[in-house]
Amino acid sequence: MGDFIQLVFSGTATGAIYALAALGFTLLWQAAGVINFAQGEFVMLPAFGMLFFMAMGAPMWLAFLLTCVLSMLILGYGFKRVIVDPLIKHGVIPLVIATLGVSIAVKAMVRAGYSAEAHPFPSPYPDGQFALAGINISYADVGTLVMAGIIVVVLQSFLNKTVTGRAMQAVAQNSDAARVLGINVKRMVLYVFLINAMLAVVAALLVAPTYLAKFDMGDSIGQKAFFAAIIGGFNQTRGALLGGVLIGILENVVGFYVSPAYKEGVALVLFLAVILFRPEGLLGRSEERKV
Amino acid sequence: MNTQRKSLLLAAGLVLIAVVALFAKRSEVYLLTLTCVYLMATFGLNLTVGYAGQMSLGQAAFFGIGAYIAAIAMKAGVPFLVVVPLAAVACFAVGLALGFPALRVQHHYLAFATLGFNVLVFLIMRNEEKITGGTFGISAIPRPSFFGHELSGAVPFFYFTFISLIVVAALLWWLLRSPWGRAFAALRDNPIRAESLGVNITAYTLLAFAIGAACAGIGGVYYASLVEFIEPGPFHFSTSLLMLLAVIVGGSGRFMGPVVGTVIIILLPEFLRSSNVEWLKFMQKWYLAFFGMAVIALMIWLPGGILSFADRFKAKGAAK
Amino acid sequence: MKNIVRTLAATLALAVPLAVSAQGGPIKIYDIVELSGGGATAGTNFDNGVKLAVKEINANGGILGRKIDLQSLDTQTNPGVAKALSQKAVDDGAYVVMGPVFSGSINVSMAETKKAEVTNFTGGEAANITQQGNPYIFRTSFTQSTAMPKLVRYIKDTLKAKSVAIIYGNNDFGKGGRDVMVKALEAQGIKVAADISTDPGQVDFSGAVLKAKQSNADALFVYTNEEESARALRELKKQGYDKPIVGETTLTGQKVIELAGDAANGVIAHVGLTVDAPQPAIRAFDDKFQKEYKYKSDHNGMKGYSAMYVVKALTERNGKVDSKLLAKSLHGAKISAKDSPGVLLDVTFDDNGDLDRESFLVKVVNGKQVVTETLPPASAK
Repeated sequence: MGDFIQLVFSGTATGAIYALAALGFTLLWQAAGVINFAQGEFVMLPAFGMLFFMAMGAPMWLAFLLTCVLSMLILGYGFKRVIVDPLIKHGVIPLVIATLGVSIAVKAMVRAGYSAEAHPFPSPYPDGQFALAGINISYADVGTLVMAGIIVVVLQSFLNKTVTGRAMQAVAQNSDAARVLGINVKRMVLYVFLINAMLAVVAALLVAPTYLAKFDMGDSIGQKAFFAAIIGGFNQTRGALLGGVLIGILENVVGFYVSPAYKEGVALVLFLAVILFRPEGLLGRSEERKV
Repeated sequence: MNTQRKSLLLAAGLVLIAVVALFAKRSEVYLLTLTCVYLMATFGLNLTVGYAGQMSLGQAAFFGIGAYIAAIAMKAGVPFLVVVPLAAVACFAVGLALGFPALRVQHHYLAFATLGFNVLVFLIMRNEEKITGGTFGISAIPRPSFFGHELSGAVPFFYFTFISLIVVAALLWWLLRSPWGRAFAALRDNPIRAESLGVNITAYTLLAFAIGAACAGIGGVYYASLVEFIEPGPFHFSTSLLMLLAVIVGGSGRFMGPVVGTVIIILLPEFLRSSNVEWLKFMQKWYLAFFGMAVIALMIWLPGGILSFADRFKAKGAAK
Repeated sequence: MKNIVRTLAATLALAVPLAVSAQGGPIKIYDIVELSGGGATAGTNFDNGVKLAVKEINANGGILGRKIDLQSLDTQTNPGVAKALSQKAVDDGAYVVMGPVFSGSINVSMAETKKAEVTNFTGGEAANITQQGNPYIFRTSFTQSTAMPKLVRYIKDTLKAKSVAIIYGNNDFGKGGRDVMVKALEAQGIKVAADISTDPGQVDFSGAVLKAKQSNADALFVYTNEEESARALRELKKQGYDKPIVGETTLTGQKVIELAGDAANGVIAHVGLTVDAPQPAIRAFDDKFQKEYKYKSDHNGMKGYSAMYVVKALTERNGKVDSKLLAKSLHGAKISAKDSPGVLLDVTFDDNGDLDRESFLVKVVNGKQVVTETLPPASAK
C-alpha cells in the first residue's frame, strides 16, 4: 500500500508539470484559437536559456527570472506578432502547420547551433527523501507540487478575481461579444501568450532536472501536454490540470503494476477513449457542432 | 499550357527519370525508389487532406501497418502481388474503423484520433516482440520475385516501384475525375452546399480517409521490400507530420502537390548530405532549421503550397 | 512546373560527384556514426576519436604514404539511415567503414559492407553482432559474452552477492547484455531477483527503481544507454538506494558521470576501456584528446581512436590497401601497444571479429573514474 501511495504522490508531482504545459496550451486555444504544436519547444528553449545564464554565473533564481522575461518577450509577444497575427486570418490549418514549422526549426537550430547531446540541469530542490507515515517522499516531488500549486492558484485567482482576468475569460468564451463590451481583445490575447510563455519556463525548471536538457526534450512533453489538455477538456482550464495529474498518476501506477513497456500507452489510451466517448473532455462542456 | 502539352511534358519527365536511373549510382537509385515509395503514401494523404479537407496525423501508422504485413507475409512465402492488395484492404478497413466513430462526433476530431492511433500503433510495433520483432524489427525481407527472378537489383526494383507508383497515381487520378471525385471536390469547397445537395459528408470523408490509408499501406509494402529491414522508427508520429508537411508544402488539393513536397522532404536533405561542396555541407546540419522557417514563411505568404504559386499568374477564376 | 521540379531533382541526384579512388590517391574512410538522436553521445565521441587518429596519422605521412580522406556521416541513430549511408560509403569506394556504434544500427548496416566486402569496425557491444558469420565485421570493444562473465566473477567473489536485480534497456544492446548477464549469473549460482525492462529514451525511472528496491537483491546491475543510465542513477539516489550498483562500461562512462553528477559516485563497473587507466599509451591519448577537443574522452573515443590505428598497423603489415585482404589478415592478428601505441592496449582478434584485451574494474569516486583492478585478457589464463 505504501508503494501505491508513493507512486500516486510522485505521479501527481510529474503530472503537475504536464498540467502547467497543458494549461498554457489550453489557454492559447481558448483565447486565440491557436493549436500550438511547438508547445514542447516552448519548454525546451527556456531550459537551455536557464543553462546559458547559469553558465555565465547567474544563480538559479536569477537565471529563472531572466529567462521568464526573455521567454515572454520572444515566445509570447514575438510568437504572437510574427506568426500568429499574420496567419490567423488564413484559418486554423495554416496556423497549425506554421507551429509545426516552428517546432522543427527551433529543434534544428538548437541541435545544429548548440548541441545534439543531453546536458545536465541542476535541480532546484535538494536530493533525497524523507519518510512520512511510512512512505518515502522525495524533496523534489514536494517542491514541484508546491511550486506548481502556487502558480496554479495564483493564476486561477488572477483569472477569476481580477478585472483583467475576467476580461480574458470573456475573450476566451466569445471574443466578439467581449469586443462589443469594450474589452481590448487584442491586449487580452497578448496576455494569454505571455502567460503561456511563463508557464512554459516554470515547467522547464521543474522538468529539466529529470529529463535532461536536450534539443528534443520537447517532443514528449508537448505530446503529454496535448493529451492532458484534450483529456481534461479543451475548453476548460481546470481540465488541463486534471488531465495532467491524471496522466502522471496513471502512468506511474500502470507502469509499476501492469507493464513498464506500455507506460506511454496510458496517456494515449485515455486520450483515445476520451476522443471517442466523451470528446468534450472529462471536465469540458459540449461544444456546438461546427460545420 | 493546355492539357495536351501538359501530358506530353509529364510523359517526357517520366521517361527522363526512367533513363536517369540507368546511369545513376546504386545509392542514388535507392533514393529515387524511396521517394517513389513515400509518394504512394503522400498521394493518398493528399486525397484525405487536400481533397476531403481533413487533417490526418497518422499516415505513417498505415504506412507501417502495410510494411509489417508485408514483412511477416513475405517471409512466410506469400507472393508480393498478393501482399499488396492484402495490405491495401487491411489499411482500408482499419481506416474505416478508425474514422467512423471519430467523424460522427466532430470533424476535427479525426486529426486527434489519427494522432492517437499513430502513437498507439508505434507502441504496439515496439512492444509486441513476438509478432513485430519489437525494437529489433524484422530483417531479411525478400524482394518480390516474378517467374523465379528476384528483383534484388537496385534498378529493376526501381522500375517496378516506379511503374507501381504510376499505376496508383493513375487510379487516384481516375477516381478524382469520376462522380465520386467531384463529390470530394464539392466537400472541400463548400460542405454546407454539398450537404444540401445530398452529398453525405461523413460518408465521403470517411471514404477519402480510408482510401488514403490504403495508399499508405501499399507504400508500406514497397518500403519493406526496398529497405529489406523494418523497425518501428520510420513509422513514428513524426513521420506522419513530415508527410503532412510534404502534402501541404507542395500544395494540398493539387494533384502533383505531393510530388513537389516529397522531393523536398526526401531528396533534398539527401542531396545536401552527400554533397562535397563546403557551404552545402553546412546546410546539412542546418537543413531542418531552414526547412522549418520555410514552412512558416510559406504558410504566411503562400498557404496554398508551392504549386499555388502558379495561380498567381492565372487569370481570375477558380484556382482549384 | 511540376515536371521541371522533378527533372531538376533527378539531375541533381546525378550531379553528386562520382568517387575517384585512383591508385596513390587518398584512402577513403567513412565514419558512419550517431551524431544525433539517442546515440549522439556515443557516436560523437567515437567520431572524435577517429578524427584525432586520422589527424595524427596524416601528420605522420598517412598509411603507406597515402593520406586518409575521412568522411563523417550522421545515422541519426536510425538503422535504416545507417544502412543507406553504408551503401553510399561502399559505392563511393570506401576502404574501411567505421561505425555505427549502436548495436541496433550495425546489425543492419553491416549487411551492406559484407556484400561489398569492405572491412567494417563497430563500437557495438551486442553479442549477436559477431555471431552471424560475417567475415568483415570487427569489434572495437568487448562482446558482452566476454565482458559479463568477468563482471559476474567480481560480483560473486568481491561483493559476495547471492542475488542480483537487473535494470536493462529494451533494445539490441540492453537485451543482449541482459541475456548474457542472466546466463552468466545463473552459471555461478546467483539468483536474478528482479528483471526490470526499461525503454530507450525513458525518462521516468521511479517505477523501475521502486521495483529494484522491493526485490531486496544484494546488488543491482544496470545496463542501459548513456542518458537512461544517468536518469536511473539519479532516481536511485533520489530514492536512497543503498546496495551496490554495478554495470559495464557505459554506466561509468564520462557522459553518464557528467549527467548524473553526484548520483554516479560509488558505482562500479567492468570497463573495457577507460581514459583513466594507468597505461602510458592511454595517458597520452587522454592528454591529446583533451587538448584537441577540450573535454575528456569516454570509452567510445578510445574505441574509434584505437580502431583507426589497428587499420594502420594491419594495412602496413599487408603492404597493400585492400579491404578484403585487410579483413582476412585481421582474423587471428595480434597487435602490441609497444609497436603501435595508437592501439592503446595489446589486442588480438579472433575469427569472429571479436577482440581480446586486458580490462579494468572501475569505481566512480568524486566524479572521476578510478581504476581499482586490471584484469588480464580472457586468453591469458
